[in-house]
This record gives sequence, structure tokens and C-alpha cells, in this order.
Amino acid sequence: MSDPVTALNGATFNAGIASVAEVPLQGMITLRGDLSAAAIQKAATVTIPGDMPTAGRARIEGENGVAWMSPDEALVLCPYADVSAVLEKMQKTLGNSRALAVDVSDARASFRISGPHAREVLAKLCPVDLSPAVFTSGMFRRTRMAQVPAAIWLSDTDCLQVISFRSQAQYVFDLLVVAAQPGSSVDLY
Amino acid sequence: MLILTCPVCGVTAEETEFHGGGEAHLKRHGPGSSDENFEEYLFMRENPRGVHFERWRHVYGCGKWFHAARCTTTLEVFGTYPAQTYEPPKDLLAKISKKRPGWAWRDLA
Amino acid sequence: MSTRLNSGGRLLDKARPVPFSFNGNTFSGFAGDTLASALLANDQLLVGRSFKYHRPRGVVASGVEEPNGLVNMGEGASFEPNQRITTTELFDGLKAESQNHWPSLEFDVGAINSKLARFLPAGFYYKMFMYPRAFWKHVYEPFIRQSAGLGKAPTETDGDSYEHFYHFCDLLIIGGGVAGLQAARTAAKSGARVTVLEQTAHWGGRAVVDGGAVDGQPVTEYVDGLVAELGAMENVTLRTRTMGAGVYDHGYVLGYENLRDHTPDAPGPRHRLWRIRAGHVITATGAIERPLSFAGNDVPGVLLASAIRDYAVNYGVSVGKRTVVVTNNDDGYRTALALLEAGQSVPAILDARDDVEGSSLARRASDSGITVIPGHAVAKVKGGKRVEGVSVCRQNGSGDVVQEIACEAIAMSGGWSPVVHLWSHCGGKLTWDAEQACFRPDPERAPTGDAGQSFVTVAGAANGNFELADILEDADAAARTAAKAIGHTIRKSKSPKAEREEVAPLAPVWLMPANAGIELRSKAWLDYQNDVKVSDIQLAAQEGFESVEHAKRYTTLGMATDQGKLSNINGLAILSDALDRPIPQTGTTTFRPPYTPISMGAIGGEARGDVFQPLRRTPMHDWHDDHGADWEPVGHWRRPYAFVRDGERVKDAVYREVSNTRENLGLLDASTLGKLIVKGPDAPKFLDMMYTNMMSTLKPGKCRYGLMCSENGFLIDDGVVARIDEDTFLCHTTTGGAERIHQHMEEWLQTEWWDWQVYVANVTEQYAQVAVVGPNARKVLEKLGGMDVSKEALGFMEWADGEIGGFKARVYRISFSGELSYEIAVDAGHGLAFWEALMDAGKEFGVMPYGTECLHIMRAEKGFIMIGDETDGTVIPQDLGLSWAISKKKEDFLGKRAQERRHMADPKRWKLVGLETLSGAVIPDGAYAIGSGKNANGQKNVIGRVTSTYYSPTLDMGIAMGLVLEGPDRMGEVIEFPGTEGATFKARIVDPVFYDREGEKQNV
Repeated sequence: MSDPVTALNGATFNAGIASVAEVPLQGMITLRGDLSAAAIQKAATVTIPGDMPTAGRARIEGENGVAWMSPDEALVLCPYADVSAVLEKMQKTLGNSRALAVDVSDARASFRISGPHAREVLAKLCPVDLSPAVFTSGMFRRTRMAQVPAAIWLSDTDCLQVISFRSQAQYVFDLLVVAAQPGSSVDLY
Repeated sequence: MLILTCPVCGVTAEETEFHGGGEAHLKRHGPGSSDENFEEYLFMRENPRGVHFERWRHVYGCGKWFHAARCTTTLEVFGTYPAQTYEPPKDLLAKISKKRPGWAWRDLA
Repeated sequence: MSTRLNSGGRLLDKARPVPFSFNGNTFSGFAGDTLASALLANDQLLVGRSFKYHRPRGVVASGVEEPNGLVNMGEGASFEPNQRITTTELFDGLKAESQNHWPSLEFDVGAINSKLARFLPAGFYYKMFMYPRAFWKHVYEPFIRQSAGLGKAPTETDGDSYEHFYHFCDLLIIGGGVAGLQAARTAAKSGARVTVLEQTAHWGGRAVVDGGAVDGQPVTEYVDGLVAELGAMENVTLRTRTMGAGVYDHGYVLGYENLRDHTPDAPGPRHRLWRIRAGHVITATGAIERPLSFAGNDVPGVLLASAIRDYAVNYGVSVGKRTVVVTNNDDGYRTALALLEAGQSVPAILDARDDVEGSSLARRASDSGITVIPGHAVAKVKGGKRVEGVSVCRQNGSGDVVQEIACEAIAMSGGWSPVVHLWSHCGGKLTWDAEQACFRPDPERAPTGDAGQSFVTVAGAANGNFELADILEDADAAARTAAKAIGHTIRKSKSPKAEREEVAPLAPVWLMPANAGIELRSKAWLDYQNDVKVSDIQLAAQEGFESVEHAKRYTTLGMATDQGKLSNINGLAILSDALDRPIPQTGTTTFRPPYTPISMGAIGGEARGDVFQPLRRTPMHDWHDDHGADWEPVGHWRRPYAFVRDGERVKDAVYREVSNTRENLGLLDASTLGKLIVKGPDAPKFLDMMYTNMMSTLKPGKCRYGLMCSENGFLIDDGVVARIDEDTFLCHTTTGGAERIHQHMEEWLQTEWWDWQVYVANVTEQYAQVAVVGPNARKVLEKLGGMDVSKEALGFMEWADGEIGGFKARVYRISFSGELSYEIAVDAGHGLAFWEALMDAGKEFGVMPYGTECLHIMRAEKGFIMIGDETDGTVIPQDLGLSWAISKKKEDFLGKRAQERRHMADPKRWKLVGLETLSGAVIPDGAYAIGSGKNANGQKNVIGRVTSTYYSPTLDMGIAMGLVLEGPDRMGEVIEFPGTEGATFKARIVDPVFYDREGEKQNV
């Protein structure tokens, strides 16, 4: 089998007020189930043992993590190559629980926006208060990015990460490039 | 442009993150129902000047449907609540009565 | 003449001359100038021609309220008409041209309209252009088109970029004058997040020009101190060149930031639209001075008194050596004193008030040696293209001239109108202040927010406070009100104290002189830009246009690009007077956003060019693009319509693809088809409700074609459902249907059957899906190897997981073409490689990719319906001969009850048939069939319409499907479809399946 590729083959843009880079393939599993149930929580945190994050939050370390998507949906992150193994482990953990776990790694595209103006770049596209006092580490916000859905979180100081649908990767990348164009800093945060 | 708070995920966001879904608390009439009941279910809608109960979906967020009680003239939002119910919560009805004495909507008041 | 003074010019950097061009002439100004101040400094008094009469016009104001100084700015991709010169900051290389003149500004042919003024009264459009009817097309319309609009339309695409910015704050203050800054400082001490927007490049507003002292300190220094203090606060955001454009529901405010108009060569966006959500808003938007209505008040050189003062103080520009001031209030005296200080002469102040005894400013003027003439007014301005003098009369007379005074400029002050626009945008109501003759905000009737709370407070001059001391007190009070509203507290502190002038009350003056005859009234302008005079409003009243909104539209008062900032109050006062009713009863017209025009680019933001709208791409998109794809939009997707080879026409490519797929092997990128996983113990029951078919009886490993209807009974989607295991299904939807049907399922699960145990996931994009179609389909898969795809192992309408050519794959044996066909899904990350492997392996079998048009023709040859062609939201499955797919056993499914309604069961509903043209030609898309007789409107009766129509390369003839009255009962009959240009297509009603009726080819 060939090597899998991302939607944009790792496109980057570094000539603006922030750096934009498509992130390499990331394992992602959608888990549907009642997140208040212990077995579901255990399956959701299979790649990052610990508590299930509360509403609007995520725990992500490197390529592993879990994000709260809705009361009956979590997004489980793991290395791309491990998806099958993680899915299997989750199924075992779930047992007979009513749940649906499905690989969506190839259905997504991820981007990293970094630099001192990274927050501003996203604040041009998302109707979300991204000021440092309000949008803090550990938050995971599903929102609108211009005309498409996206999920954003702060992966490090001055570094934001975005997940979009794979088919919209080019649009999202182009949006980020326009929003990061030279001379467009807002100098607000 | 409205701001709404999704009662499911707790996010307060602007209207563009939501999608309106028409009147709330409709009762489905399926096969075997009378023409009158079916007509009522399919076509007859409230269009009040004042208190209204409506459906919204947090389309760019958690994806869940919820209900909102809103004034159609001032756009005041009295409250939002999850969609898995046949009627608005009691405390919300009390709040509306306080703010809009004498209000009525279908068989609520 | 107007000229640059040696003194004054607090905003100028006189060390930096700035060259620019106006109407092709090169001039020079200074850094800090506006285009208006630089033109005045060069004695360019005449800046444009008026809209209707082409009268010569000069600058009247110094800010956003300017009605006359509009120019065509820039050239090529940065050209823009109607740019206001009073707000245009001068930059090196600026190019501007005046508007609405031909052949030149100095000599304009259209000025003949001025001589015809008596034939062009209010409402002349409605009166003149009625008769004779035949004149409309050849005389009136060309004339109106020629005359319409002020500036030229741009001919090139806008070369600039624009952006939006989402901003959140507790308190937004609109206006960076002394009121806004004072309110900001007071409120910011509470710790609230405060943002202040100022539309100009400078802080301080009028106060820094008008002077005065605060706590013993000159007001300019006080303002500098406020700005410095606010600038150092973490919780305060200050933005200049950012106008509060509109206030909307729930604290939503648009700010319009000008980033590059003054530095066009710098990189970055030109404008930024701030989409602000504020907990509370303070509008400290100041006030606008009103002109006075006297004959000749539009002659270049007649300006607002405050504007003349601004030009002298801010830009060191004198509009004329000798300036007569005419006023009805104290403020006009400030201009006289400022001019005196600048070394200019003021031969007289004409004050319409009889008594000015109580005014400290009037006393100061007299003491300075200026002749103050109370009770007098301007009878008439002398001069054409510039002011030469004034004829003076008594205000309460009819205009008998008592004196003539030679002068070069006239400074007029009719009192001040608070800028209530932003207060009013979202429903704030006004109250009439009779003492100051102005409308001001009524705090009892404020705009309300999401919780029903008042969310706007007004401060300073915008609130009807025109004295510095009052403004500062009001700003502090507004800050306290606002802080309380957002749950913050401010510790008590003393408000700063400003010196107070002794003020003599204003006298409302709406016409000068009070009893002016028609001769004077028809030369007294209200709306400069749209050429509306006092006499026009009076005529409108006389003709019955009593509502202010009607009078506005009839006369065009306030309908120009300045939206009546100068003219509205004067106009409605005249209207009230004509109707003999009080001004508050007449009321104002509606204030609508934006406050001043904003660029279309800013509204669009980033959404232009490549990112105008999201285009969705499959993993094979770039391959298609490299191989001649002629793209077709399908929803937001782009799908190849056909793969066009060099030298080939698109339709030839389509026919080649059809023939090759039927004879050899075709590949279709089917990745866009929706794929939804439905799982749970109640999934079978749920799908029985979603589909008209019985899905619960489908066996794992099998596929079934299903139909979905809305509760209205209408067909909304179709697709193949595969049962994965006992409680898991994979539902295919149409390309445009994936998100819609996903949401449809979620809606029913969340809002009706929330106790059912079902989860749905949209996995459309997880997979690249390829349809491998044609007699050689099996051969190519066998060559790639990995799994058994024989008829025995994988029968028609079955699916299996396995490997093909080393790719993990799920293979469905389904066919939308009537050929042997496999649809194969692989992970999207492998999609391109899989596609290329198929192309490579398929070479020996004659493989060719095919596009959507080939797909359409092949499905039409087989009589398969297409959602969106055969359906249009009013078609039920029964209309399409699909009753076989509607379960009779199920008690309920979505749409079942609706399909029992009388109209749905009517045998007269049009039904699907095939259509074969007698000549072999192709019937035009959407053509209607006509029957005998006529309807009630005398039109021929229609008995059907074409839903799909193609040339079939397989059959070498035109084939079509259509919905026809009693169609299935009329097999063999010939019906007529009128085409365009007299053509008629005769077609025979046939079975919709044109090709391989027995299905032998797909089931091999």
C-alpha cells in the first residue's frame, strides 16, 4: 500500500504575520456515546489516561488526546499509524456499551498557526473571543471559520491548531494565508 | 444579530453559529391521523408579536438542537433549554410571566 | 481668495510638503492635510457640481457631513468614486477628479438645468416623464441614465484586499472626542475591558479646536493626558481611523477601520471591518452644525462656521480674508474670534437674535472690535463661483436689503444637532429639545439587548450637551451608568471642572429672513448634494406629502450619499412650518446604518477571489485538473463534467466517455457521495422510518437502493444502503445530500425519537470512492488482485471488505450505469494512489476516466432517476414509478401520511415516462408538452414537462425523461414540446428504460 498523504501535502506559508502549516496525518476517532457513562469515558481517554475533559475542553499532549465535542461525542487523538490498534482497544473497553467508534483520520485536515499574531489571524475568521485572557490553554472550541466549520485549540503559547474537513483544506489554508498576509497585524493582543 | 447560549454545550455565540428551525413543541401526527390534525402538524404555525418558542440548532458547534423562548418584537431571549422535552421548563415560564404579564402562546400562558 | 496662513495648523507637519493632483493640475499641501484643506490652501474653492442643476459647489464642512466635496479618487484597480475630500487624508501622489461636470468643472453644460430650475421642481421625475408614453424608451430613459449618479463607476476589479476582525469588549465607546475619552478613563478604572473608536486620525474631537480649560489646564493638554493615560492601560483598546458604522441587536457593532487609504503603497488590507460584540455601548458621537437657509447659501465660500474654524486652527487655512459670520447662537462667535486670532478680518457678525446681551462670547467679540448686528440676517449672497459679498436684511422681515457687505467667505451657524444615528440604529428613540432646537436621545427609550436591558448610553454633545463643562460631567455620568450595566463598580471621584461661558439662548431659525418670498426661498438650499431647496419641501407639503418619509422620497431630501447629515433637521422644520404643526409631531426619518458609506470590499472581507466561497475537493482533485477536467459545481464540490483531451470539444469527450465505459472500462470519482454510518440496536427501526423501503430486513453483506421522503411526502434523497452488521448500516446519499441528510437524521433522533438507541456519524470524507465500470471492470480488479470479486463471491447488490492491489478496501457491487460495476472505497489518504493504480492497471483494458455528464447519460439510458432532475421538491416517489420501493407493510415512515393526502393520490398527477423524439433530435431541457384546449388565461394547456434530456451516443438518438399527465397509460402516443424560435419537438411516450431492460449487463 502507498504512503497515505494529507490533503495539501504539508503546505506551509511563512511570509506573513504568522506561520501557517498543514499538520502531518493525525489519528482521529469519533466516539459517540453517553459521556457520563464510565465505560465510555474510559474508552474516550484510552490514549491519554485521566479524567474526561468537561464541556468545551480537551486534554491533548503531542499526538494523543481527547476532546469533548458534545454530551454524546468525543474526539480521540492518537498517532495515525495506531488508529486500528486504538480502535480495537476502545471496542474492548466499550464492551456492550451503546456506542459508535469510527476512524475519521482521513476525513480531516489540521493546521498549525504560530507566532505572536497567531490569535489575530484566527480572530479575523472566527466569531470567538480569542484574547489571551479569555481563550486559554485547555479550551477546545468548535466554531465557524469564515464559511466552514472548524475546531480550534491552543496547543502552545502563540500556537493555535485548527481541524477542518479534508475537502475544505485548500479553502481553509487559503483563508489563513489571506488572514496572515503581510502588513495585516491588528496589534491588539 | 442575536447572541444565544446553547444549553447543551454552554457556549454563548453569535447567531451565525446557529441555525433557526422554526416553531418548537410541534406534535407529530403520522399515519392514521385525521386530515385536520395532519394539517395542523404540517402547516399551521404561530406567528406572534411577542413571546415565541422556537427551535435552534448549534450547527457550527456541538450540533445539537435546542429550544429558545424569545420576544419577536424586542428580540429579548428569555431562556434556552434542551429539545428533549414536550414543554418549556416551569421556571422559564415564570420568568416570562414576570417580564410579560398576560402573555399567551398556544396553550401556554 | 482662500489661502494658507502663516499661523495655525496644529495637525500639519509643515516640514513635509505633499504633492497631489486635482483635475490634472498639480498642487502641494502638507502632511496632516485633508484633501479639502489642501485644496482650500491652493485657492481651489470650487470642488464639484451639484447633482440636478449642476450648480458650482464648494466645501461646506470639515468632516463626514460634507455634501459637496465628492471626487473620483485614484485610477485603475484603485479607482473609487464619491470619496469625501474632507475625510481624505492627503498623501504623496494622490490623484482626484471632481464629479458631475462636462466638459469641465469651470464650464459645465449641465448648468443650463439651473436656468430650467422652475421646470424641475420637487417630484419632477414623476411629473415629467409620464407622457407621451413613446418618449420613455428613446428620450427620457437615456436622459435619466446619462444624468444618474455622481461619480464614475470603476472599470477594473478592485485591486485591494479587505478583512474582518471579531472583537469582544465589556464597553465600547464610539467617538474619541473629549466626551468619549473622559468616559473611557472613568469606566476603565473599574477594570472593565474598554474599546474606544475614533473615526478620524486624531483624538479630541471639537474640544481641541474650540478651546477652553479643564481644571486650569488648556483642553488640548487635558486631552493629550487622557490619551496617554488610556494608552497605558492594559484593559483599554484605542483605535483611530475607525468609525462606528452601525449598532445592531444584542450589542453587535460594526467598526470600519481605514488602514491604507492614506498610505496606499503599504502592504496589507485597505479596510478592516470590526465585528464587535460589546456588553454596553457609549455613543459619544458629538454633534453636527446646521447650515442656515438663506438665498445663495450654496455659493462656494459659504461654509459652516465650525468648518471655517477647523480649517484655520487645524490646517492653518483661511477660506477668505474677509469673513462675515451669520448665526442664531453663541457658537458662531467662536469662529469670529478664531479668525481674528489668525489675523483675518470679520467685517460683521449677523445675529438673527434680537438680544445677545447675556452672551459672554458676544461681549468678547464686541470688545475685540467686531461689529455685531443683532436681529439681522443674510438676504442674499452675492457672487456665482465664489462669494463676493452679502446683502443684509432684518431677520423678521421679508428681505429688504438694509446694507451690503463685501466679503470672501460666509460662516454660518444654525445651531447644533446631536449625532443620534448610532443611538437610533437599534431602536433608541428621540425627544425634542425645544430650547436648543434639536432632537436628542431619550434615555427612557434606549435600545435593548439580549436580556431586555438598555445597552446604549449617550455622552457629551451627542446627548445635547454643547458646553465643555456639561460634556465632561455627562461623560462621567455615562461611564457610571455603563459600568453599572455591565456589573462593574466605579469608586466615587470628582469630575474635572471646565470653565463655563455665559450663554444667550439660541433662537430657532429655519428660514432667513423669516418671511422670505419665493424668489429667495427657491435659492435657499437644504440638501446641497441632491439640490433640494426650501421651496421644494414647501411644494411637497402643498401637494400632500405630509409624512416626513414621503416628503423625503418625493423631494429626495436626505437621500444623497451624506444621508442628510446637514439637511434633515432643517428640512423637517420647514415641512412642519408648512404644515403648521410642531416639529416633534413631524418626527425624523429613520436613521439606518452605516453612519457614513463603507466600502463594499470591507463588507465582503476576505471572501473574494480564491476564497469567495469554499470549494470542496476530493483526494483526486488535482489529478483531474491535470487531465483535462471540465469542472462542474455540485453543491460546494467541484466534479469533472468530462475529461477533455487536446483538440476535443467537451461534448465529444462526453460521448467518448460513454462509449468507452459501455464497451471497455471507465473510472468515476464517486468520493463526493455521502456516507453515513448508522449504528445501534434501534438502527433498523430508525432506517425503516427514514426510508420508504423496508431496511430492517436487509441482510448483512447486502445492499439495497432506498428512497427518503420529507414529512410532506416529497422525495428528498436516494442512495444505496449497505448493512454492515446486525446493528450497523452504511447509508449512501447524493453528493449534495451528505450534510443535509446527516442533519435530517440527527434532527429526528434529537427532537422526536430521543429515546431510540442510534448513533449517526458522517464519514463521507474518510473515504475516496471510485466507481470501476464497464465490461472490463472485473478484469482490472482481478489484475490488481487481493480479493475475490467474482460473481459467485460478490454478487450484484452485495458488498465485501478486503484488499485490492494492496489497498484496504470496501467494495460494493452496485451500478448506476447498467454496466458491470464496483464502487470501491479506500481511506482518503490513499485515494489518489488507488486511482492511479487503477488507471495504470486498466491501460490494457482501455480504461478512461469519466465525468458527471457521462454518468448522467448512462443513468438516463437506464431510466434511473436523479434527485434534482426528476425531483424538484414537489415530486413523490409514486410519480416516478418507484412504488416498488415503498413498503406497504410498514405502519409508518416519514412521508407516509402525507402521501395519503387526496392531492398526492390524485390519478391526474403527472407521472414519469421515457420520451423518444421522432426526428432523433434532443428536446430542450425543461420543455413543456402542450395538450388540446386552453386554460382560463387563454394559454395552451400543458400536459407535462421534460426532466432530463440527452443525446444518447449508445442509441444515437435524443432520449428524455419527463413527467406527463396519465403518461404511463399513454405508451406509444406522440406529444408535442414547443421549443424556442418556433421549433416543435414531437416525441413518443415510451418506457423510461432505453437500454438493457433485462439488466443483463450489470448482473454478470
